[in-house]
Amino acid sequence: MIAMQSGSPSMFGTAGPAAHEIAVLGWVLTIISLAVLLVVSLILLAALFRQRAARAEQPDGVVIRPNGSITLIVWGGIVIPAIILVCALLFILFVQSAVATPPTPPVATIRIVGHRWWWQVIYTANAPDQQVVTANEIHVPVGQPVRLELASADVIHSFWVPKLAGKTDVIPGQQNTMWMQADKPGVYWGECAEYCGLQHTHMNLLVVAQSPADFRHWLDQQRQPAAPPTDPVTATGERVFARSACAACHTVGGTTAMGQIGPDLTHVASRRTLAAGTLPNTPGNLAGWIANAQGIKPGNDMPTMTLPPGDLQVLVAWLETLQ
Amino acid sequence: MAIVARPYDLPISPQDRRAPGRLGMMLLIATEASFFVYLLFSYFYLASMARGSWPPDGNPALRLSLPNTIILIVSSGTMWWAEAGIKKGQQMRLRIGLLVTLVLGMLFLALQGLEYSNQKFTPATHAYGSLFFTITGFHGAHVAAGLLMNIFVQARAWAGHFTATRHLALSNVALYWHFVDVVWIVVFLSLYISPRLG
Amino acid sequence: MAITTAPTAPVEKLERLWETAPGLYGVLATVDHKTIGKRYIVTALVFFLLGGIEAAFMRTQLIHSNVHLLGAEEYDQIFTMHGVTMLFLFASPILSGFSNYLWPLMIGARDMAFPRVNALSYWTFLLSGVFLYTSFLIGQAPDGGWFAYVPMTGRTYSPGLNLDFYALGLIFITISTTVGAVNFVVTFFKMRAPGMSLNRVPIIMWGTRSASVAIVFALPALSVACVMLYFDRRFGMHFFDAAEGGHPLLWQHLFWMFGHPWVYIIVLPAIGLASDMIPTFARRPLAGYTFVALSTITTAILGFGVWVHHMFATGLPMLATTFFSAASMMIAIPSGVSIFAWIATIWHGKPVFRTPFLFLIGFIVLFVIGGVSGVMTAAVPFDRQLTDNYFIVAHLHYVLIGINVFPVFAALYYWLPKMTGRMLSERYGRWVFWLMFIGANLAFFPMHISGMLGMPRRVYTYQPGLGWDTINLITSIGAYVFALGVLLFLVDFFRSLAVGPEAGDNPWDAPTLEWSVSSPPPPYNFAVIPTVRSRHPLWEGRLGEEYHTIVGTGPILDRGRETFGTSALDSDAYEILQMPEDSLWPLILAAMMTVMFYGLLFGVWWLAVLGLVLMISSLAGWCWPRSLHADEMELLSGEE
Repeated sequence: MIAMQSGSPSMFGTAGPAAHEIAVLGWVLTIISLAVLLVVSLILLAALFRQRAARAEQPDGVVIRPNGSITLIVWGGIVIPAIILVCALLFILFVQSAVATPPTPPVATIRIVGHRWWWQVIYTANAPDQQVVTANEIHVPVGQPVRLELASADVIHSFWVPKLAGKTDVIPGQQNTMWMQADKPGVYWGECAEYCGLQHTHMNLLVVAQSPADFRHWLDQQRQPAAPPTDPVTATGERVFARSACAACHTVGGTTAMGQIGPDLTHVASRRTLAAGTLPNTPGNLAGWIANAQGIKPGNDMPTMTLPPGDLQVLVAWLETLQ
Repeated sequence: MAIVARPYDLPISPQDRRAPGRLGMMLLIATEASFFVYLLFSYFYLASMARGSWPPDGNPALRLSLPNTIILIVSSGTMWWAEAGIKKGQQMRLRIGLLVTLVLGMLFLALQGLEYSNQKFTPATHAYGSLFFTITGFHGAHVAAGLLMNIFVQARAWAGHFTATRHLALSNVALYWHFVDVVWIVVFLSLYISPRLG
Repeated sequence: MAITTAPTAPVEKLERLWETAPGLYGVLATVDHKTIGKRYIVTALVFFLLGGIEAAFMRTQLIHSNVHLLGAEEYDQIFTMHGVTMLFLFASPILSGFSNYLWPLMIGARDMAFPRVNALSYWTFLLSGVFLYTSFLIGQAPDGGWFAYVPMTGRTYSPGLNLDFYALGLIFITISTTVGAVNFVVTFFKMRAPGMSLNRVPIIMWGTRSASVAIVFALPALSVACVMLYFDRRFGMHFFDAAEGGHPLLWQHLFWMFGHPWVYIIVLPAIGLASDMIPTFARRPLAGYTFVALSTITTAILGFGVWVHHMFATGLPMLATTFFSAASMMIAIPSGVSIFAWIATIWHGKPVFRTPFLFLIGFIVLFVIGGVSGVMTAAVPFDRQLTDNYFIVAHLHYVLIGINVFPVFAALYYWLPKMTGRMLSERYGRWVFWLMFIGANLAFFPMHISGMLGMPRRVYTYQPGLGWDTINLITSIGAYVFALGVLLFLVDFFRSLAVGPEAGDNPWDAPTLEWSVSSPPPPYNFAVIPTVRSRHPLWEGRLGEEYHTIVGTGPILDRGRETFGTSALDSDAYEILQMPEDSLWPLILAAMMTVMFYGLLFGVWWLAVLGLVLMISSLAGWCWPRSLHADEMELLSGEE
């Protein structure tokens, strides 16, 4: 299976200021930890294997208690750890306030609603026709922060894009907010990081960081309703969509389909993945998903659609026009 | 190794304040008290997060709960009176005291049942309802447990088991009963009084 | 009334008084702490193996991306039960087992303070474990993770019985844990031999006592949470329901107010065990005894003040998270004190590298790794990256395997000879240690890295191309190596029962009182109650101590099942306690509890009520005195 983004979603391969600050803290703590481990291990090894002067011992081996151990305990167990911990704590406080707010005011507010098991993405705007609704893929302008409002439609999820920021839980009954900024163009892997049921592992998303111009272009394109079909095949496909159960769950702007249960499909063909990062978005995978959703992601809300032969083909052809 | 037995001369299970059973009851009370602390934490936590008014249906009535509080406090008094009696060896005082305490406790439960039937909400109406009935309900369960213990030691008291120096079971039951009373006072202050202070 | 007894052959009477009745009745009714302790240990080890089998399934599933040996639901049940089994049915009970067995022998007493309550705590442990595992029989094992966050575990998203098993099963086991804890605290303060003042008490007792006090105050939070979960699910209440005034985070607060103290509860007794074993192999008394004793108390107390560090990503105000971050870092200090006390003991001693000591060295190393990774997660902003991914899995396994499992295995090698009279094999022991130590590190160290590379927790599979495959392969291999070590231990254990060399009273030349009696000990523990004069009674002569513990001479206390009640601080004997005979009531009460819980589980209310009524009757039967005290008899006959 093709990787849908480059390499591991490592928290140290940072691409944004929040993740960067945290990664510096992370490195410092890691190095301190490894150093402590090394030092303590060496002291332990020394304690175990050091040469002991033949001292006046009882013949059956019990050692007469000497003094001096208290120094080791007090310095090694209390003083030095306290100093290290207090210094670490001060650094932590510094980083915590550094990542609390974005470096510049956010240029967009994006509402993210966690569902089982996909991410609804809504670019809010004052005018309703300026609003963008999509799923499982967030676009951001490089070098500019965006504000995320996190809500849940069902259970607790957690929104996590390791290369860009720490995670924030998505809790029903509560709105959490966070900010996110990418400083390099690229595609960044995101995950749900709170066990939310059967397909928790297949609730991923992508953050696509583009130049501000490309970002605006993308936003404009996403604001458009679906273009009407231009040839008989895709027209048939649209009709298949309308008469099958699809419209009961999905919305396609510019058609009669206004279902609210599943992801908005108005621009589904423009997305890089399907089923919340489970499959690369290709016509073959799209067909496979429609025909066997339960086999690919058992337990999710999309039923396996058994369509008459030929219907699936034209349906996919039409869906591919929803760029 | 040869075993050499030495003489010893100590009281056998003297049943005073230092008896293991006493500490055992105190620890049981500590864990039960913690149970109520966590219940009340939940109450105040949800109250602090409430978006509308709290309580949602208005303050809980004092009409029954205030007299009930007094009844329970009096019952602690009668229990204390009973225990003070047996410390002087007065068997009838112990028995009467326990009986009166039992009756008062049953009256408390009856009045609480009446209050329940008059409530406009149920445990399933909203979170406040769930909290109200669960907290007072668990307290009521502890009262019931205390009454069962009362019957048990009463049976022993009527059978003449207790003496001026040997009545640890009774003391433990009395301590438990006072604990149940204290819990009620805290519950009463939290659920019935604190909303009126805001 | 002064008693003198002939100095010759006094033990036959003691033996008759204290031995368990023969036959099935004895098996079901025994209140002997040694039997109960051994049962706890064996039962806990059985659960350890079950949890290990669950882990083997998990690691086989995750050995590579997109392996589908198990479906999502099956995996979810298995990982949940792995956590529940290890944390509730193994980690704490095994320590209770050792404490139960050892405490009276270490403190010169004949039993625990409440022997029947002791039996009750075992039977409820066993039956609650059975209750939980019957869920597998109907394919509805708990599947919400061991901390079962709502609303996913509410009835909307978990409509089956899975989470009802969870809620009721945990309430059931809290009963076992709590009554056991009360027993330990009272025993600690009331039953020590004359002269065993607080500063002479083995550290296992400090560790278990601190854990027991923590249990008394922490377990009710879990009970409240589980009651609320059960009520929400079964009766439609709204504690966790945001739409009706509840809140999902209430569950998290309550659960972690229990859960964080719990993780200290399951390591403090093990720290105690280790602190009592290390001196034997360092051939000198523990350095910094007071520091270590105090650090168990401090850790238990501070453990109540850090629970929010499990909730750093939930959107709490910065002031709150900062406070808990600081507290979580500071709690490292008592642990550090203990670690250096052990190192100092070894430094100023002369190490003897027998199998238990190997496990203790491993324990120190794994403790440090788990501890520093814990400090890393205490840093709030970094924890926003680390929480809920495999880094946490690495951290928790290092602290659990390091500070619970390794001391437990050291304790098995060290004290099984006392229990069975037979030594285990040194040769096998070395293999077991190295397989477990290398296996644990191979399994869990790479998880720090897969977590840092973004692998989240509780996933039944993962996609290729994310860079996690190789690490998971190494982890799975490590898990199998660890499992091999455990299996080898089992082989050695059974082997030793048959052909192990005889242990004798004190095979390790250790200092504490349990090594002054035979292996296995007689039913009455001590023929005469010792008078204690130091922390290390059996080493006094060689340490040049001025006062000597008196072991072979003392009060015999054989007019019934008797032992001393002593004062809390200085352990002066002030009374003789009469201990109960064998009794079926604990088992009956536990069985009736089980009936009630099954009634609640299936919603068969009459059955639940019946169980409750029978429980109350059993308690009445238990508490009604079997025979009256002499003074009471006097009074009664005087009245008539």
